[in-house]
Amino acid sequence: MSQTLQVDVHHITRVEGHGNIVVDVRKGKLVKCDLEIVEAPRFFEAMLLGQPYDQASHLTSRICGICAVTHATTSLRAVEKALGVEPSEQTKRLRKLNLFGEILDSHILHVCMLVAPDLLGVESVISLAKTDILVVERALRMKKVAGDLCGVIGGRHTHPITMTVGGFTHFPSAEALESLCERLEAMRTDLDDTVELIQSCQLPAFERETEFIALHEEGEYCFIDGEITSTEGGLWPLEEYRSITNEHMVDHSTAKHARHQRQSFMVGALARYKLNNDKLHPKAQAAATALGLTPDCVNPYMISVAQVVEIVHCTEGAIDLIQQILDQGIVSEDPAPALRSSGEGVGACEAPRGTLYHHYEIQDGLVSAANCVIPTAQNLANIEADMRTLVPQQLDCTQEEMTMSLEMLVRAYDPCISCSAHMINVKCI
Amino acid sequence: MSSTKPKIAFFDFAGCEGCQLTVLDSLQTHTELLNAVEIVQFREAMSEINEDYQVAFIEGSYTRPSDEVRLQAIRDQAQIVVALGACAHLGGVNAVRNAHRLEEVKSYVYGEKAEVYESSSALPISDFIQVDAFIPGCPIDREEFVRAVKSLLQGNSPDIPDYPVCVECKLRETGCVFLYGKTCLGPITRAGCGAICPSFGVGCEGCRGLIPNPNMASLREVLSENGLDEMSIRAKMGLFLTNQIAASDMEA
Repeated sequence: MSQTLQVDVHHITRVEGHGNIVVDVRKGKLVKCDLEIVEAPRFFEAMLLGQPYDQASHLTSRICGICAVTHATTSLRAVEKALGVEPSEQTKRLRKLNLFGEILDSHILHVCMLVAPDLLGVESVISLAKTDILVVERALRMKKVAGDLCGVIGGRHTHPITMTVGGFTHFPSAEALESLCERLEAMRTDLDDTVELIQSCQLPAFERETEFIALHEEGEYCFIDGEITSTEGGLWPLEEYRSITNEHMVDHSTAKHARHQRQSFMVGALARYKLNNDKLHPKAQAAATALGLTPDCVNPYMISVAQVVEIVHCTEGAIDLIQQILDQGIVSEDPAPALRSSGEGVGACEAPRGTLYHHYEIQDGLVSAANCVIPTAQNLANIEADMRTLVPQQLDCTQEEMTMSLEMLVRAYDPCISCSAHMINVKCI
Repeated sequence: MSSTKPKIAFFDFAGCEGCQLTVLDSLQTHTELLNAVEIVQFREAMSEINEDYQVAFIEGSYTRPSDEVRLQAIRDQAQIVVALGACAHLGGVNAVRNAHRLEEVKSYVYGEKAEVYESSSALPISDFIQVDAFIPGCPIDREEFVRAVKSLLQGNSPDIPDYPVCVECKLRETGCVFLYGKTCLGPITRAGCGAICPSFGVGCEGCRGLIPNPNMASLREVLSENGLDEMSIRAKMGLFLTNQIAASDMEA
């Protein structure tokens, strides 16, 4: 082919939010290769200013309809650290259970409804319903259990109601939890079928070495709190998040990082798997083995496979958590109190798409400074670096083939663009 | 109804896309809707794009002048335009920023790069195009969405309550949250959600917008008697009602 190629995907479909892929190859030379974020900015950090501390999680859950529970949990942790609130063990378990529900819901949506159509050669889940209704019905069935789990804990699937600073305003009944537990156990057949489906699919064989970052905690596959760790080595307290994230965000083509050698990094399911796989549930370990996922994997298309492994882990984890909560007996306890009305705190959680940080300063009960660092914002530089490696390798492809592999690449990261719409600069110059 | 199914499209402006996800959830339990309509555009869920549609559901707020062109194009094509959720209906939480100076908001988030981004006040879409129906809430209520779609398909306007959330608390026998030392916007907020937040121990946030002729002065007094200072009252009412309160203050 002429080695002149233009790809211009206006508003990538089957992702959350508005983004464009723009690639320009002239005479074999890559002139432009950008993932443009065209989502309207929403200014959440500025909107947080002046908010009463107990309203912050209700506002920030509205950053994203898919990862509302993670935003709420991260926001609550930031407030709690700022004001010296120490939540009970029951609160920690219920929050983790709610987060598992959200990870399940988001991953099932992504793998089975947004990515599967690419792997099965159809345009969307609507077309998939015509060619393979069983796959769609299975996805909907699993998604319903995950959504109902969030509903039982948070009061509502999207934008949790019951989560508050120091605890919960409402508690699930033992009957509701028992019924959920039975449904999660019954979901295991669907999980096996999902693993089998993905096993039968061929994912593009693309590899690029990069840095992977995730939260880390001794003894468990970490989703809430913990410390920050990297495949390049090292362990940092959450309060040092800026030194990990900031320099990568600005003008990444020339960014130099004090601690890390690489110019971009990946967060999300694959990063978590690489860094914490020894703490996965045995059944999730088995799924990873069956799917050929290994800790040395550097293929971004395998993010979807890591998500399948996490679907198994979170289902089993949710079953175990419900058992623990039922064994302890559910207590209708008051939220843990705030010890002071001013302070500063950093909260961090693993959202479906990677590490999420909220950092607040609170003065006399009102938020006086706020910073939120979103997983997709951290991944964007890495997605573009992948695109710039991928395009020169595929100059023999037709424009349609190139567009398809780039769209699949971007979609593999499961970008959440509404979340990340406060990016500083994603254009490469 | 004619044999051809009505063509339906979903569009998103500034928002969290939680209402579109709620639509997907509704379709899980109400597959009859999928038999009654043809979805021709739904970017979050499908790649197919077809500009031939009769009913447009719009999620998200107007937040920048270039949105007006897109809104107008949708209005020109669709016979029925529905505002889906609080962002499209009221400006949603996006309007919290309207209470601050826009330049300060932009520079707080983007620093020196503030001017790169086109942005203005966050407003309801009905400020720019005629809207035939609205489905309120943050997020929308699944069952109300299903009922609204069925009404629209029969050529009727959706039946959205204009009485306050308090009525629904009484109907489901939820104890008033004020009695538990909490505060609530239920007396001035449109019902239809089943008073979901109070039923889980949280005061109403006002996400469904004001009822007709709300008694604002009286609620402000009650909130103040229950320990909220002026700043807290403003923050509480401002979460979803910034635009409506600004409009009613202008009239007063």
